[in-house]
Amino acid sequence: MNNTSTIESHKDYIGAKMGMWLFLFTELLLFGGLFLIYAVYRYSYHGGFQAGSGELSTIAGTVNTVILITSSLTMAVSISAIQRGNRKLCLAMLLATILFAAAFMVNKYFEWGAKIHHGIYPGSPELLSNDHGTVLFYGLYYVMTGLHGLHVLVGMVLLSIMFFLVYRGRIDSTDFVKLENSGLYWHFVDLIWIFLFPLFYLIT
Amino acid sequence: MKSGFYEAKGKHRGILSWILSTDHKRIGLLYLFTMLTFTTVGISLGSLLRLELIAPGETIMAAGTYNAVFTLHGVIMIFLFVIPGLPAVFGNFCMPLQIGAREVAFPRINLFSWWLFVAGGIIAVMSLFTGGGPIDTGWTFYAPYSIKTGTNVTLAVFGVFLIGFSSILTGLNFITTIHRLRAPGMNWFRLPLFSWSIYSTAWIQVLATPIIGITLLLIMVERYFGIGVFDPDKGGDPILFQHLFWIYSHPAVYVMVLPAMGVVSDIIPVFARRTIFGYKMIAFSSLAIALLGSLVWGHHMYTSGMSDTAKVIFSLLTFLVAIPSAIKVFNWISTLYKGSITVGTPLLYVLSFIFLFAIGGLTGLVNSALATDIHIHDTQFVVAHFHYTMFGGTAFGFVGALHFWFPKMFGKIYSEKIAKTAWAFIFVGFNTTFFPLFMLGMNGMPRRYYDYLPQFQTGNMIATIGSWILVSGVVLMVVNLYRATQKGEEAGSNPWGGASLEWHVPSPPPHDNFDEIPVVETKPYEFKY
Repeated sequence: MNNTSTIESHKDYIGAKMGMWLFLFTELLLFGGLFLIYAVYRYSYHGGFQAGSGELSTIAGTVNTVILITSSLTMAVSISAIQRGNRKLCLAMLLATILFAAAFMVNKYFEWGAKIHHGIYPGSPELLSNDHGTVLFYGLYYVMTGLHGLHVLVGMVLLSIMFFLVYRGRIDSTDFVKLENSGLYWHFVDLIWIFLFPLFYLIT
Repeated sequence: MKSGFYEAKGKHRGILSWILSTDHKRIGLLYLFTMLTFTTVGISLGSLLRLELIAPGETIMAAGTYNAVFTLHGVIMIFLFVIPGLPAVFGNFCMPLQIGAREVAFPRINLFSWWLFVAGGIIAVMSLFTGGGPIDTGWTFYAPYSIKTGTNVTLAVFGVFLIGFSSILTGLNFITTIHRLRAPGMNWFRLPLFSWSIYSTAWIQVLATPIIGITLLLIMVERYFGIGVFDPDKGGDPILFQHLFWIYSHPAVYVMVLPAMGVVSDIIPVFARRTIFGYKMIAFSSLAIALLGSLVWGHHMYTSGMSDTAKVIFSLLTFLVAIPSAIKVFNWISTLYKGSITVGTPLLYVLSFIFLFAIGGLTGLVNSALATDIHIHDTQFVVAHFHYTMFGGTAFGFVGALHFWFPKMFGKIYSEKIAKTAWAFIFVGFNTTFFPLFMLGMNGMPRRYYDYLPQFQTGNMIATIGSWILVSGVVLMVVNLYRATQKGEEAGSNPWGGASLEWHVPSPPPHDNFDEIPVVETKPYEFKY
């Protein structure tokens, strides 16, 4: 029997979505481990965590939250656009999403940069002179926002690939599950931030 | 044997037609051969450990080397053989055939997960020769030692992280495949029980593995940046590491053993010529084990500091796991009852599985009871229990599956006589190696030491001699199977008279598995004769 491409051409919309949701479960559990650690240490080092989160800039956090929520909107619009066959709008909205993601990263860069400039980074003598709670707070702050930032970067790459695929017409109004799955991923990244924001910036 | 999917003409030639193939059968075989390579290393290290323990004092290696060797033996056997063994090899090869599909749901992700597996394995082995030298933390990577030791933990842990990612992708692929690609008429209660067990396993892979992923990432971050989450100097809690580690690693033992139980459920009916007894109970007990097994991780930590309430709850839940496991055993025995039994090699391995797993399982209760666990904690008893479940359980299931599906994979039949001789060596060797460890542990010989008190010598000597018998059995088995691929007789499509779908296609199966997707009208164990 020759290698006909019956398998490659096989499209399963529900299957593709199911796989993506399962993947998002695993992502959620990945962050879940960190949230668990956060909960444990917040419970045992209440004071240090309060002191730590008082130091973070609520304004920078809020701006980033607004940016990400808006990017989720543009993402959703881009999917609706391709479903209606409006390729131009879809591309514009995808581009907007990528730019928002970049803005988020730039903001994050300045935020981290300022902290590091003040000598607050894992293992720094400045940080270690604080109590255990503050050390752990900043340890978790860098790991959790760092891992989230990494997901934003991956999202930017992913969305750029989607941009290219839409541009080349490989994603259109009949076959858009790739874009939809990328959208699910992007909303997930957004959702994680929605939890990180209050945990690190707001609970003081 | 150049027929079926072996001669499929793809885009690539030669070795590339394998390592770039998205055919689930080729990927299954890729896993098989990669795993055999790693396992050879693992078994050799294991025998070296046994050789060191033949007499008290330093025999062939010093204390530090011994620590590195038992760590590697553990890491290789656990992460590169018993966890991925059955799902990745036989799940890939047989499950799509059993459910009447041409492929898994995401063939390219399937190939990608093999690449991750190989990359992870190579990196883990590379950590031996680079950086600060081979890791000596034990396969559990317990903090704070793993964040302080100068050995090459970061690289090894990164290798394991990649293997975990590979396991996640395999799991989500299989769940989607079983949900979406079953042939018409193949409803949930017509699924062969091996596929059921692969389904339960896949859920554990998907839901538990990310936790070890993040834990290992934290070890790496901790070593590079010193964030402090597991470092008591900075207020971190090493016990938290143990919790996170076992939240994954306990369910992982069910990733190891559930598919082996599926193999047993598939082999017994074929060799007893009877339909399986209690199909639904076996299927649901797999799910029950998957669920309960996720809630019992604390029983690894009775002595490391937990509230008594937590200990009692973990102990109770652990006892509960015995119920679905026993349900399976009773159903298997009932299936054999009044069957017309042919004692083929696969059945021998399966019967050994039941016998050895019963010993492993019952000694597990000794571990799960709070009071007795304190006595045997960190002794050779635990080593014996563990090997009875993982070697006597999973590995015997694996080898049984290999003998059962070998004719399907390669289209050839092996010498039954040599296979049985090899089985006898393996079975006797296994028991001689590991049974004495129960006694030694009860008498207080700790594990993970290269040296011991003189009174433990007899037991250790018997165990070491057992390991030689065991290894010769394994070598004989491999030689026999290798010979069969070269000189074996044609197996035909259905050498055992099985009824599930994989026996309805030629051996080896054609590239697309089925010329036409079959319509399933019967249960998987209804035999015609």
